[in-house]
Amino acid sequence: MEKLATVLGLDDMLSEAQRMNKRQFLYQALSFGMIVSSALMIWKGLMVVTGSESPIVVVLSGSMEPAFHRGDLLFLTNFREEPVRVGEIVVFKVEGRDIPIVHRVIKIHEKENGTVKFLTKGDNNSVDDRGLYAPGQLWLTKKDIVGRAKGFLPFVGMITIYMNEYPNLKYGILGVLALYVLLHRE
Amino acid sequence: MHTVLNRGNAIVAYTLSVLACLTFCCFASTVFLDYGTQTDIQTVKVLVKNVPDYAASREHHDLGFLTFDLQANLTGLFNWNVKQLFLYLTAEYETKNNKLNQVVLWDKIIMRGENSVLKLKNMNTKYYFFDDGNGLKNNRNVTLTLSYNIIPNAGILPSFFGTGAHSFKFPAEYAVSPVQK
Repeated sequence: MEKLATVLGLDDMLSEAQRMNKRQFLYQALSFGMIVSSALMIWKGLMVVTGSESPIVVVLSGSMEPAFHRGDLLFLTNFREEPVRVGEIVVFKVEGRDIPIVHRVIKIHEKENGTVKFLTKGDNNSVDDRGLYAPGQLWLTKKDIVGRAKGFLPFVGMITIYMNEYPNLKYGILGVLALYVLLHRE
Repeated sequence: MHTVLNRGNAIVAYTLSVLACLTFCCFASTVFLDYGTQTDIQTVKVLVKNVPDYAASREHHDLGFLTFDLQANLTGLFNWNVKQLFLYLTAEYETKNNKLNQVVLWDKIIMRGENSVLKLKNMNTKYYFFDDGNGLKNNRNVTLTLSYNIIPNAGILPSFFGTGAHSFKFPAEYAVSPVQK
């Protein structure tokens, strides 16, 4: 056990931590706080720039295969003046469902005054989404949209899926990262 | 002192940054490309019926039927950052109720490496052409366009129209279906 700690350099880190005085420890804690708050700032900043309440989403189902697989990352925008058109991939929320759905628009009807109702379908599904909407709901409207898919990055979201499926992994990773930042001295 | 953690960390970090850099280059090399192409669409048979739309309001709505010919060569659209093309044939028209209606009648997924020369004759539509009312009968201007959404390996998800849209009109009388007599 001691050997393993030596190989991994943990004993060095711990002895360094013991040598730290109060000021140094406070400094480390502060820089840890900086990392957390800048991550939060980036996320909130993206929300402002893209107009979407959730600018980056992870694909959770196979209903858009073979375009999007489970674990792919999508970048969304949601500008109010941007019209909804057929063929776009939208992310929408349905009343009574926690998880937003990523599907393609296949039908729109737009009135003179700009109000628009539309119908969606997953590329990999054989029927449209009316069965997924809230009971009695036949169309989606603009207020249901969380964002429209503009960018695509494969596979990167897999780690968040693992973290959600195994919460212990999430706490483990976060714990190790926090310890590392707090104890490690440059 | 280089411990196992140090070395592992360095390898993982280096691998990740190389992968990220290559992915970005892949995206940057194709982001400004123009994906326009020529398509040829013709309608063969067009008729309109007035039937209850059970999927929506249960009221009698106009339901269009059409068969179409489609020719397009999409081979030129594929490059190293095109994983898949999503083709969709859109009917676009104006009615009294709605300023703009768009209905996808047919779609097709072409993966890279599959045959991307389309020569379709007398195809049936894949989805019902239901209007949101009775705006199809005697509609003088319905435009069919083939569009395609490009799914990259990594990058943006642009959609393009094929040049060569086809306009047609619906007949002024409802077709009587054999069942209704």
